[in-house]
Amino acid sequence: MLRVIVRRLLQLVVTLIALSALIFIWLRNLPGGPVEALLGERGTPERRVLLTKALGYDQPILVQYAKFMQRVVTGDFGNSIRNGDPVTEVLGRAFPATIELALAAMIIAIGLGVPLGYLAARYKGRLLDNLSIAGTLLGISIPIFFLGYLLKDVFTQNIHWFPPSGRLSTGLDSTHVTGFFVLDGLLTREFDVTADALWHLILPAFTLATIPLAVIVRMTRASVLDVLNEDYVRTAEAKGLRHKTIRGRHILRNALLPVVTTIGLQTGALLSGAVLTEKVYNWGGLGTLITNSISGGRDYPVLQALILLAAVVFVVVNLLVDLSYAVIDPRVRVR
Amino acid sequence: MSDPITRPGVATPRDGADTPATDKPREGAAERGIGRLGDRKKAKLDALAQASADKGGVSLLRDAGRRLRRNPVAMVGVVIVAVFVLVAVLAPLLAPHDPAQRFDELTKNLTVDNIPGTTDGFPLGSDPMGRDFLSRLIYGSRQTLFVGVLATLIGLALGALVGAVAGAFGGWVDNILMRLTDVMLALPALLLAISLVAMASRSSQWTVIMAVAIVNVPIFARLLRGSMLAQRESDHVLAARALGVKTNSIVMRHMLPNAMTAVIVQATLTLSTAILEAASLSFLGLGDPDINRAEWGLMLGVDGVRYFEVRPELAYYPALAIIVVALGFTLLGEGMREAIDPKNRR
Amino acid sequence: MQASRRKAAVALAAAAALAVGASGCAKSERGGDSGGAKTGGTFVFAGAGDPKNFDPIFNDDGETFRPVRQMFETLIQNKPGTADLEGALAESWEHDAEGKVWTFHLRKGVKFHDGSAFNSAAVCYNFDRWYNMKGAAAQSQMLYYMDVFGGFAHNESDDAGKALYNKCDAPDDNTAVITMNEYKGAFPGAFALTSLSIASPDALKKYDADTVKQNGDSFEYSAFANEHPVGTGPFTFGGWDKSKNEITLNRNADYWGEKAKVDKVIIKVIEDENTRKQELRAGTVQGIDFPAPADRKALESEGFNVINRPAFNILYLGINQKNPKLKDLRVRQAIAYALNRQQLVQTKGPGGTKVADEFMPDTVLGYAPDVQKYEYDPEKAKQLLKEAGAEGMTLNFYYPTDVSRPYMPNPQEIFTVLANDLQAVGFKVNGVSRPWNGGYKDDVQQFGKHDLHLLGWTGDYNDPGNFVGTFFGRAKTEFGDAAMTDMFEAITKADATVDDAGKRAAWEQVNRDIATKWLPAVPIWHAPPAIVVTKDVKGLIASPLTDERFDTVSVG
Repeated sequence: MLRVIVRRLLQLVVTLIALSALIFIWLRNLPGGPVEALLGERGTPERRVLLTKALGYDQPILVQYAKFMQRVVTGDFGNSIRNGDPVTEVLGRAFPATIELALAAMIIAIGLGVPLGYLAARYKGRLLDNLSIAGTLLGISIPIFFLGYLLKDVFTQNIHWFPPSGRLSTGLDSTHVTGFFVLDGLLTREFDVTADALWHLILPAFTLATIPLAVIVRMTRASVLDVLNEDYVRTAEAKGLRHKTIRGRHILRNALLPVVTTIGLQTGALLSGAVLTEKVYNWGGLGTLITNSISGGRDYPVLQALILLAAVVFVVVNLLVDLSYAVIDPRVRVR
Repeated sequence: MSDPITRPGVATPRDGADTPATDKPREGAAERGIGRLGDRKKAKLDALAQASADKGGVSLLRDAGRRLRRNPVAMVGVVIVAVFVLVAVLAPLLAPHDPAQRFDELTKNLTVDNIPGTTDGFPLGSDPMGRDFLSRLIYGSRQTLFVGVLATLIGLALGALVGAVAGAFGGWVDNILMRLTDVMLALPALLLAISLVAMASRSSQWTVIMAVAIVNVPIFARLLRGSMLAQRESDHVLAARALGVKTNSIVMRHMLPNAMTAVIVQATLTLSTAILEAASLSFLGLGDPDINRAEWGLMLGVDGVRYFEVRPELAYYPALAIIVVALGFTLLGEGMREAIDPKNRR
Repeated sequence: MQASRRKAAVALAAAAALAVGASGCAKSERGGDSGGAKTGGTFVFAGAGDPKNFDPIFNDDGETFRPVRQMFETLIQNKPGTADLEGALAESWEHDAEGKVWTFHLRKGVKFHDGSAFNSAAVCYNFDRWYNMKGAAAQSQMLYYMDVFGGFAHNESDDAGKALYNKCDAPDDNTAVITMNEYKGAFPGAFALTSLSIASPDALKKYDADTVKQNGDSFEYSAFANEHPVGTGPFTFGGWDKSKNEITLNRNADYWGEKAKVDKVIIKVIEDENTRKQELRAGTVQGIDFPAPADRKALESEGFNVINRPAFNILYLGINQKNPKLKDLRVRQAIAYALNRQQLVQTKGPGGTKVADEFMPDTVLGYAPDVQKYEYDPEKAKQLLKEAGAEGMTLNFYYPTDVSRPYMPNPQEIFTVLANDLQAVGFKVNGVSRPWNGGYKDDVQQFGKHDLHLLGWTGDYNDPGNFVGTFFGRAKTEFGDAAMTDMFEAITKADATVDDAGKRAAWEQVNRDIATKWLPAVPIWHAPPAIVVTKDVKGLIASPLTDERFDTVSVG
């Protein structure tokens, strides 16, 4: 087991180095970039040269890469070119924002999706079932940014139930501890902050939730239908057990297993949706960071860090999942 | 609802299994390490590959076709897709005007905050540039179909290549290629597309098409490889082999046609996501830069959003078109998948 | 690190609590005060982008200058609402006949936010600081300084020019004398540049302002620039909450002039124009910058106060004479005649947009009222093309994507209209789009790959050199016009003219000749950027230079 972990970690290092070199060189060979962005309309040849030199882009690309790796090893990803902040800080702000949004979306999706799916299965073929299926089909066919726009227009402009954008009300005193504003409010006992953060969270989270919601409803419905026909449910029914007991002990518990797996695997789709949702609601998360870093002059340090981070997360999670399966199910051998 | 064989009220032992059974991780998936990121997609693809491999090509198609015709929901999809394709093909006949031409009648009253509605000869009025909105919507079907189909076909071709190479060489080539497709499957599709567009040195309609296509490469690669592997062990291939049919001809006559059914199903589903992804890229400002081209994603993601308060129709109509067409392809694709899925035959 | 930030946050919260208390007091005072503008309260304004940092000299963009202008002041400033000059930290100024020695008579009794005195030594400290700045990183970030003064005491790069600045003397506490090596038309307007604001020497030293650390391929600025900007302005720095994108500024109770009316200004960064508008409607912000042109009318009808800034910008269609056919004046004139700019302004111009006949707004000195105007005349364009034998020639027309500038809210639409006009007279147009920061400016300004391109400029100060001089004062790849030496010479001469009348005459002639003889580009329009506030907001004076100062603003 230990040997496997060590080998996989070594693989990880090699993969990361190769990947980062590739991305590094590619990014820098694209037209335009930070110098162009910093100069704006004021790009005289002299300034171009001065800035290129100051940023070190006149050096051979491999030298640049070596320097970059040297710093990365010490945990230093440089500073954002857009605003001079350390990249680690920039990511540290954006990460909790996206996670908070994604988590809230997932909670809404599960909270609505599982009961809805269950009811759809119970009343299969009836109005509720048909409506829920139609709803999920619509959910996967509507461009999420358009849905966001509509919801925002209705709920923030026509009826003022929710704020149009951001994560907290302007001027609200709040202490940032973790960067998860809902949590921060609880930790510092600034409950008004928690309430305010939740109030800002509802609409974007609901928008984003439509993506996993559709899948969860269908999954739950299919899964419950399967279980309903299992022998033990029939036995339980035949024994005359109360409906509540059957529902809780037998149907839901068994039906939810595949649903839980599905939920875990919705992360990717959720992140795709987050990019769009964040743009609609001016949510300062990873999605906003990525699009801004690209269009705002290819903020090399931020982009490089983001890509490396994504690679690390992916490889580590992959490894952990493999390992956990080996622990849970002895039949699975980790190669 | 989506119930191809069992009619409401006619209970069968497996009444419950009518929704896409492939949504569930299949048994035995644990051996393949189910639970890895992207495995839901993977399991779905493997099931589809397996399903089309289980039976011989022609009879399967006939069988599936019959089931498809009996599925009213799928037929709605068929109708939507047929109308869409028809409008796209006949656009020059249907559209009253040239979609790129600016008309004096429309520009006369056009300002940034006033876009003329219905005018004589222009039933849906103007777009933000003084062009005929109706003609642009009609031609939009053409460009949308073009982007969707091309992105899907390119994704399919590249995917087939990867899948074929992986299948043909086996061993470590197969390992590396499949690991790579796994990684790509695990990445959020839109993020991958955004990165690809950002990695392109210039933006054009082709960057969008390629970005959306590449996102689909791993899907088709895995599907084809899975289908080939499944068929290697299937009865009709074994029988053909036993009869002494040459390998080449087995692949061409038996394995490929069978794989194609699975591919067509997947391609239909992919068309719907491709159209949505192209629209999302436009919204993010990474789409096709040429606003002369009438494409629904562009019309919604750029004009629709920008002029939403001046003329909301500029957003509503292309949005509606996208939703209906995406829905059509989804219904058709799922109907086809159910039709060939063995689980539905019990 | 984390702990210290937390502490800072707590301190900030405490300070804010105090401020709330103070506003409470202000409110009670307000009760008795029936006439005049109300005081107290908070003014929340939504800007369109992140500031970089708050050290004026290292910055050059409007979003950074917005908060900087509230905290810092310059020797000379623009009269509110105009691009004319008036005294600020200097009550008056004069220069010698050659325009080399500039004497500033400083205001008395001015204090920096940290309590230190503003005097001639402080002025000279600032000028010397800029001139003596060390390090390639720091120098490369001083765009405006370089623009005005050319170079440093020790240039870190051979490509920088010779410094125009010679020395700064302080004969007495209230007189600062700045000596240049030669005159430049930019003076005195350039002294009003926000970038050349006067900062507290004590704070500059204490917070290590000159250290711009190079961290790999990026820069790290000092504590002065990020946490302790200290100037003389009507507001003091309150804090910058980056996870909420909010900058808080507090009223400077010791301000030398009339004190700010509001207790607090919060500048909130909202990049999406649609969201800015929605926040305004929701009442969470009281003012927004750069509303989408399409939304202005709706906002006005809803009772918001939409203020058009006098247009101080120019959008032009550049022509690259690297293409031999475009060297022919007749072809360039054909292009000018082919464009229906009046219709472009009507259909795509933000409210208040005007067709441009010259490359600077008419409020700038040297604007000639009688230049040749190229009215829309497709027949004439066709005829000129025929004479030049260039019918059916292909034009590679470059336009940017992924950008919105005040002078060019929507380049794709502008391109589409112009390309249409050009095609109508027989040009073949090959449209080429590039992302604004993904190679567009490099392609047109550095490599000159285009035949035609869209670009523009927002003026920095009231001087023709800042417009026409910037564009056409020397050979540029952008226009591929290295041979137009008489144009460069005329502009250099005009720029070096010291006396006002001569300067005016020289520039007027330049503008006339540009239109008739040289035509290196076609001026398209001047588009006024707007600013929107709620009905409650009084006293906001929109500036052509987007130089709005919030001390005169009152809320409620």
